[in-house]
Amino acid sequence: MEVTMAITIGDIVRGDRAVFPPYLYDAYRSTIRRAPRRPLIEVPLTLSELTGPGPAISAVTPEDADLTRNAGTGGEAIGQRIIVTGRVLDQHGAPVPNVLIEIWQANAAGRYIHKRDQWPGPLDPNFLGIGRCLTDAQGVYRFLTIRPGAYPWKNHPNAWRPSHIHFSLLGPSWHTRLVTQMYFADDPLLPLDPIFNALPTEDARRRLVASYAHDVSEPEWALGWRWDIVLDGAAATPFEDQQETQP
Amino acid sequence: MTSRLPTGSQTVGPFFHDCLLREDARRNILAPPGVAGQRIRIEGCILDGDGAPVPDAMVEIWQANSYGRYNHPVDSRDLPLDPQFSGFGRSATDEEGAFWFETIKPGPVPFDKQRNQAPHICVAVFGRGLLNHLYTRIYFADDPATADDPVLALVPAERRATLLARPTEVDGSLVYRFDIILQGSAETVFFDYQELEQLR
Ligand SMILES: [Fe+3]
Repeated sequence: MEVTMAITIGDIVRGDRAVFPPYLYDAYRSTIRRAPRRPLIEVPLTLSELTGPGPAISAVTPEDADLTRNAGTGGEAIGQRIIVTGRVLDQHGAPVPNVLIEIWQANAAGRYIHKRDQWPGPLDPNFLGIGRCLTDAQGVYRFLTIRPGAYPWKNHPNAWRPSHIHFSLLGPSWHTRLVTQMYFADDPLLPLDPIFNALPTEDARRRLVASYAHDVSEPEWALGWRWDIVLDGAAATPFEDQQETQP
Repeated sequence: MTSRLPTGSQTVGPFFHDCLLREDARRNILAPPGVAGQRIRIEGCILDGDGAPVPDAMVEIWQANSYGRYNHPVDSRDLPLDPQFSGFGRSATDEEGAFWFETIKPGPVPFDKQRNQAPHICVAVFGRGLLNHLYTRIYFADDPATADDPVLALVPAERRATLLARPTEVDGSLVYRFDIILQGSAETVFFDYQELEQLR
């Protein structure tokens, strides 16, 4: 590890401690003034959390899942074309259909189009770096994009984020809301990244890493990566229980 | 089927706006004209442990309609649904750390078979430096039901005020003020949820 200072890891965690990161993880400096310091209050799940917005954006089109072309310029994004696909599952392994997945990522050179990203990596006029889709009846999502580049950040000297794709999921309930990042299995920067390493166990970290999937690769076209996502908490079973208790 | 561990959470980072807050994805206005209920505006700021505004956060809200019905298949109670009202909102924070929503005041919703919850709005906060989002709730300081809310009753009495939105009148319209303090002596109450097994 390049981060040699003693890392302060807070004890305030929401959700399973074997899975979810602490709010305070001072190797990731932005947590220091933003992490809550008082204990979270444990409360039961109620109808308010067992319901949720569902796929709140109605007008998702197939083009939204093709980041190589959805800039609308008529041109194609530069970079290594990849297919990123997988299933969204509940904790029982059952597929979760109709989940809105919104993704964003840097371009092949590691640059975001965002106005706050000003490092001197080149912009690609044919790449917006945003996409979205809904999971199908089998819980499957699929994006065509380009492999994002690593990019520098100012967290510590010579800090580089590993290649990653940001994922936001609006699942079946408020309690299953998830924002996370997908990483690539062959990335040498992973052991050096405080955000990735904020996950508490090797197993929890491994489950953020996509695997190369040769069966997904398409000849003369694109390399395949597979990444399954498991949503926390309120799965189908408690929903059914709840409905049975309705008069 | 085997039990699987959930996928861990990661920060939303600083660069989510073009995706999560694009024109058809942000939702400051939940209630277009015609939605039933008392129209309210919610305004607040997010502040960090230094009291500095957090300009790169995102706030999502989820609420019932004015009859207390959630627009979701799990809520099958015989109460009116308003097709124009999904109950979901999503706002950025600006340079001053400010977010806002225009919505209607939600009705009461059940806690269990005997008791209702006071009208409230569920809140999730995302931001750079938040490795996992934060869950909190907005209650209405001027609603008599707030004092009897069974979830609020689980919050230490001296911290409950952090969950109360306070009414003000601005240019003849009702504005509720709800600031979110991430850290410090006035830190907002954030929730964790008990495992489902414990509810049975
Ligand atoms: Fe990023």
